[in-house]
Amino acid sequence: MSGGARSLEPWRWLGVPMLQVMAATLLFALPIRLWGHGLPEPVFALPVAFAWAVIRPSMLAPFCVAILGFFLDLVWGGPLGLWAVCLLIAYGGALGGRAFMAGQGRAAMWGWYGVLATLAFGAGYLFVMLDVHGMPSPLSVFWQFLATVILYPFADRLIERFEDADVRFR
Amino acid sequence: MSLRDNPLGELKVPLTWTAGIVFIVVLIATVAILLSDRREAFETDAYGRTRTATDKALEPVGNVLSAPGRWTGAGFETVRGYFFAVSENRRLKAELKEMRQWRDVAIALRDNNERYRALLGLKTDPPIPMVAARIVTDSRGPFANSRLANIGSEAGVKIGHPVMSENGLVGRVVGVTDGVSRVLMLTDVASRTPVMIDRTNARAILAGDGGPNPRLEYLRGQEPVRDGDRVLTSGDGGVFPRGLPVGRAVKGLDGRWRVVLASDRAPIDYVRILLFEDFTQLANRSALDRTAAPPPTPGAPTLPPPEAAPATTGAPPAAAAPPATTTAAPATTTPAPKTTAPAPKTAAPTPTPKAAAPAPSPAAPAPKTSATPPAGAGR
Repeated sequence: MSGGARSLEPWRWLGVPMLQVMAATLLFALPIRLWGHGLPEPVFALPVAFAWAVIRPSMLAPFCVAILGFFLDLVWGGPLGLWAVCLLIAYGGALGGRAFMAGQGRAAMWGWYGVLATLAFGAGYLFVMLDVHGMPSPLSVFWQFLATVILYPFADRLIERFEDADVRFR
Repeated sequence: MSLRDNPLGELKVPLTWTAGIVFIVVLIATVAILLSDRREAFETDAYGRTRTATDKALEPVGNVLSAPGRWTGAGFETVRGYFFAVSENRRLKAELKEMRQWRDVAIALRDNNERYRALLGLKTDPPIPMVAARIVTDSRGPFANSRLANIGSEAGVKIGHPVMSENGLVGRVVGVTDGVSRVLMLTDVASRTPVMIDRTNARAILAGDGGPNPRLEYLRGQEPVRDGDRVLTSGDGGVFPRGLPVGRAVKGLDGRWRVVLASDRAPIDYVRILLFEDFTQLANRSALDRTAAPPPTPGAPTLPPPEAAPATTGAPPAAAAPPATTTAAPATTTPAPKTTAPAPKTAAPTPTPKAAAPAPSPAAPAPKTSATPPAGAGR
């Protein structure tokens, strides 16, 4: 591992994934239809926010999570701050549950990720319901939730790569 | 004493706690921003500079990124057109034959309509100018359904303008800047559109929920809608013109009436933005508000008792003066011309323009009243 003997630079574990999420979100926001169907719209930022909380506690990470959330709201045209709050709720949940997640296997971590994704989508659903005085379609929410939950391998890869990368947190 | 000897020198705040505090601060800040957001407000200021700047930056990015997809699609269409030219030609000939019959019917109906309108003296809506645009980004999530179109204020696009594809209504413009507009789709959870059922004229509100088929809400009457009924915009409220095709009514799995959108028949890649100005937007509201109420009809039961009349020859005008909402001093000046000829003014209640020029108005009241109605009618 290249960065094993030195401290972890923030741009490596925060900056690069953030840019990747932004690029992926933009790509999936293009008006492309395949065989008559539009592309799914997963929340690429959610696995990254989860992984950041698991990798290590950080003072920069909450800001990065908020920036990603605002970016999603601006690209998708939603209420400004909606996804920032939803992502921060998932991030906070993972940060608070780090002690329980330590040393768990991949399937269990996927389960934790699913629970936190449910929490994030639930918060979004609740806020939108209160904001517009109408219920968003549960089926539509479920499809986006499903498309987001299957992205866990990306979070797993990020965790595997950076969990032990900083010598001070071994 | 060195720092190492200081008992507080070894005190360190755990990183977990610091990170937790930062997390809570950021969360509170984002919640505050979220609560202060007014996305669905129908105002330019509410859309915000941040959104405007982001849309402007996203437009070229989306334009460039979607170019390969457009080129690939165009390439496929060319190849398909080459291989299926004969069958396409046969189909188009049959369609043309059918359309010719419809054209004759349409011409006859148009003549009839024009004659009826002339007979009834109906004031018809003027033709609506429109501009074409290409969609460059598309969001399809449950909490936001909007698109960016690559045309903006330079083409006269304003907030509230309706957006159509070749098949039907798509949504309305909620944000606009130079070169780009954000279109709120009918399916967005914040979208509310006044519609009517073509067969029964029943009114409803089309409410988006993030799914592909928005709901029909506030339907009134007995059996106002049936499966397959055409749904059009009603024009109520003045945001959309009347009669734009929206879709067809269907009963949803949840037992509620929903609409299969006409615009879903084909990909929404090109749209038309209707530069529609409703009467309520065109009317000069301040001028309408300035118009004074006509004086009361002589002999009407609401008039004051007869003994009060001579003492208050200025009183009825004084009663008419409050709508002018001026201070006490100008109010005493305005009644003068009105008292000079009360009888003709009941027939033509247009004394207020003269209040601006009190000196000449008493000199020739009669011709001016006859001249003002056309001006008012023109407005």
